[in-house]
Amino acid sequence: MADLSTNFLGIKSPNPYWLASAPPTDKKYNVLRAFEAGWGGVVWKTLGSQVKNVSSRYSAVDYNGTKVMGLNNIELISDRPLDINLREIAECVREFPDRAMVVSLMADNTREKWHELIAQVEDTGAHGLELNFGCPHGMTERGMGAAVGQDPEIAKMVVEWVMEKATIPVITKLTPNVHSVVPTGRASVEGGTNALSLINTIQSVTGVDLNTLVPNPYVAGKSVYGGYCGPAVKPIALKMLTTIAQDPVTSRVPISGIGGISTWKDAAEFMLLGATSVQVCTAVMKHGFRIIDDLCDGLNNWMDEKGFKTVYDFIGKSVPTITHWEDLDINYHIVANINQDKCIHCGLCYIACEDTSHQAINLTYGKPYNTYSIIENECVGCNLCKLVCPVDDCITMVEQRKGDEYLNWKEFQRRGLPLNDH
Amino acid sequence: MAILNNRLTTEQYEQNFSDIHPPFETREAALVEANRCLFCYDAPCTKSCPTSINIPKFIKQITTDNLKGAAYTILDANIMGGGCSKVCPVEKLCEGACVYNLLDEPPIPIARLQRYSTEKAIAQKWPLFQRKPSVGKKVAVVGAGPAGLSCAHVLSREGVDVTIYEKESKGGGLMTYGIAAYKVTPQFCEDEVNFITSLGGITIKYDQELGRNLTLAELQAGYDAVYLGIGVGVARHLGIPGEDLEGVEDAIRFIYDIREKGYPAVPVGDKVAVIGLGMTAIDAATQAKRLGAKEVTIVYRRTQAEMPSTEVELNLAKLDGCNLIWLASPKEILGENGRVTQLICNVMELSVPDTSGRRTPVETGETITLDVDMVIKAAGQIPYEELVTNNQLTNWYGKLAINEHCETNIPGVFAGGDCVNGGKEVVDAVQAGKDGARAILKKMSERANE
Repeated sequence: MADLSTNFLGIKSPNPYWLASAPPTDKKYNVLRAFEAGWGGVVWKTLGSQVKNVSSRYSAVDYNGTKVMGLNNIELISDRPLDINLREIAECVREFPDRAMVVSLMADNTREKWHELIAQVEDTGAHGLELNFGCPHGMTERGMGAAVGQDPEIAKMVVEWVMEKATIPVITKLTPNVHSVVPTGRASVEGGTNALSLINTIQSVTGVDLNTLVPNPYVAGKSVYGGYCGPAVKPIALKMLTTIAQDPVTSRVPISGIGGISTWKDAAEFMLLGATSVQVCTAVMKHGFRIIDDLCDGLNNWMDEKGFKTVYDFIGKSVPTITHWEDLDINYHIVANINQDKCIHCGLCYIACEDTSHQAINLTYGKPYNTYSIIENECVGCNLCKLVCPVDDCITMVEQRKGDEYLNWKEFQRRGLPLNDH
Repeated sequence: MAILNNRLTTEQYEQNFSDIHPPFETREAALVEANRCLFCYDAPCTKSCPTSINIPKFIKQITTDNLKGAAYTILDANIMGGGCSKVCPVEKLCEGACVYNLLDEPPIPIARLQRYSTEKAIAQKWPLFQRKPSVGKKVAVVGAGPAGLSCAHVLSREGVDVTIYEKESKGGGLMTYGIAAYKVTPQFCEDEVNFITSLGGITIKYDQELGRNLTLAELQAGYDAVYLGIGVGVARHLGIPGEDLEGVEDAIRFIYDIREKGYPAVPVGDKVAVIGLGMTAIDAATQAKRLGAKEVTIVYRRTQAEMPSTEVELNLAKLDGCNLIWLASPKEILGENGRVTQLICNVMELSVPDTSGRRTPVETGETITLDVDMVIKAAGQIPYEELVTNNQLTNWYGKLAINEHCETNIPGVFAGGDCVNGGKEVVDAVQAGKDGARAILKKMSERANE
């Protein structure tokens, strides 16, 4: 049995799974249920100035019969009275002292308001603070949330205010609604933040109702841009996480990874790319807290298989493998191979290659089953056929190096080597 | 033992003859299956459909909520795609070829999805097809079965005025009269015919039978072309003693009566023997059981390896409790007071393969005797040999001979479907009708260009 426990700047949790600041963490009832189910920690839904929410609040993107591939929300920060939130946070900390209790904050934009809020929250016994510089809707119009996170200078200033007051670890949550998360990340680190978390939701319009012609979610004939999350955003989150994990300034602090994490595999990937803890929201909003069982169990079994005794044995391990394009080895060459015993003759590899790639698959007509084979000379090793094939390991990519030595693009150009002739 | 009608209660009849292929109840249920479809390229299912319905395309259209498009995709290739979704032996056609079979996974339920896609279109007569303006040409079609209706629809879409002459009082041919009622209801058959004719340009004249109150010469004189889709006739004679006894029935007549007269009106024996093991034999045996026969025994002269029916169909009969006797060939039917009492069969064994590649059954010299009061003959159907010969139509034991342009030896007289192939699936007849229509259109345009 591997050890799943994490120590994030002294914030300890029995496993790396925290619930992200969101509807599932906006009151004691939910949080206690989460802790009972086995969640390692929570980031309490953002506290700050008093707001009022609308109805409806969510919309989703379904894909080929799978519901909620992506979820969009227009809900604001907690709309419950601050004193109730604070009391419930304290009660949760008391009942589950071994779980991480981080509280998300978004004060009005003055030093005094931040200091006041931090003092109140620290009194609850919470273990850490997360600064919400990411909320993309509603709060931005008031100069908060993403409006802070999109301007590195403002972000740095606010972090500095916070650090003047905070006595518990501070995590700054970054918005993805920027060209690069690195400038705000650096500014926050320079401002003194103890850690970073990312990503918050991505601004989106999930779709337009083709009957009413009004986009979703629908609020009395109108809609607004919402924040997109769920499995659909995971690849974007992983990329942004990697840029933070690779930057010499931002990589100095621990990272809490967020964005479409639904399974232990997703979590392992976030951790391999630099996250010390991971935060989950959409997956529990779809399935409930019970998914924590397999999140832990699957990660545990994988760690055992890989020989990782603690999460620290693999956190960040994949970060160095993402390099610059011009450093890739041009002599590395693979070609597809179709295992005829496994092939079910669906033709998906053929039509993908024929219409959109390199015409490297040969079709031999048969009734009803055609036979498909690779034309190795035409195959550029793009992976597309393998990706669309519905049968595991039917199409494999076989290494056929163009040369023994490592050769990158810069060297290739310097030597004046020949480009493609067709 | 006795042959009786009205053996069951109304509720029992309803239960016994309810649809064995229930439709998807909801859109969600259909989507679960539609979304499983891999959307194969040059799909094996399409290649295994005699009418080449673009199956991956219509299933994709279901998933995008384009039900109108799905219905068009199906019906454009097969105007009886609704009926075919209920009666096709899909296990040996589209579904049998589904690539999921190669993964040992259940194939996509193509027939159910096809039914889902076409049911509303047919019931509500969606105007999916527009007829081109009349080109001033007239074609007579003989037989309002699948071949004739399919031919008429293609022709009418191209602006040809079609008159169909049908010997029965309803259209649909074997779909209406020759298939088990639990597969396709008379109401559906009527709706399907009405949907086809809702295109316009197609007139069906009922109770018009070639050779009885209609001659080929009249049709040739009155129309630019004639299409014969006359199907095949009664069940093949067994050619054994006792065939004239009371209680010996023709399977086609038996099935026809069930559909035409209603379940309680059709008499059935206590102990029934069904001769043959094609689709019609199964339809007769299962329906005899469902009408209340106490014991139904299917007698087949070869083994399961050679049977024309599919395994799915055979299982229907088994699940209905029908008995099977393999390697038994009828020798004589015995009777008392003119009524059937026993069927004597030769016990057979398989010898060398015949021209069809199936091993020929030969007599062993032994016999078995079955106590029965009803014998249903379902050992194939006979073409209308006399009718076609009298009309100087070249034929082979009654099966019409046509050239590669679907034309008979008489110029301007085309033919297709069961009357040419001797009896295949509905879907084969639909394709034959399409081919015939295209051949007629081609000939018309060639004539116009002369």
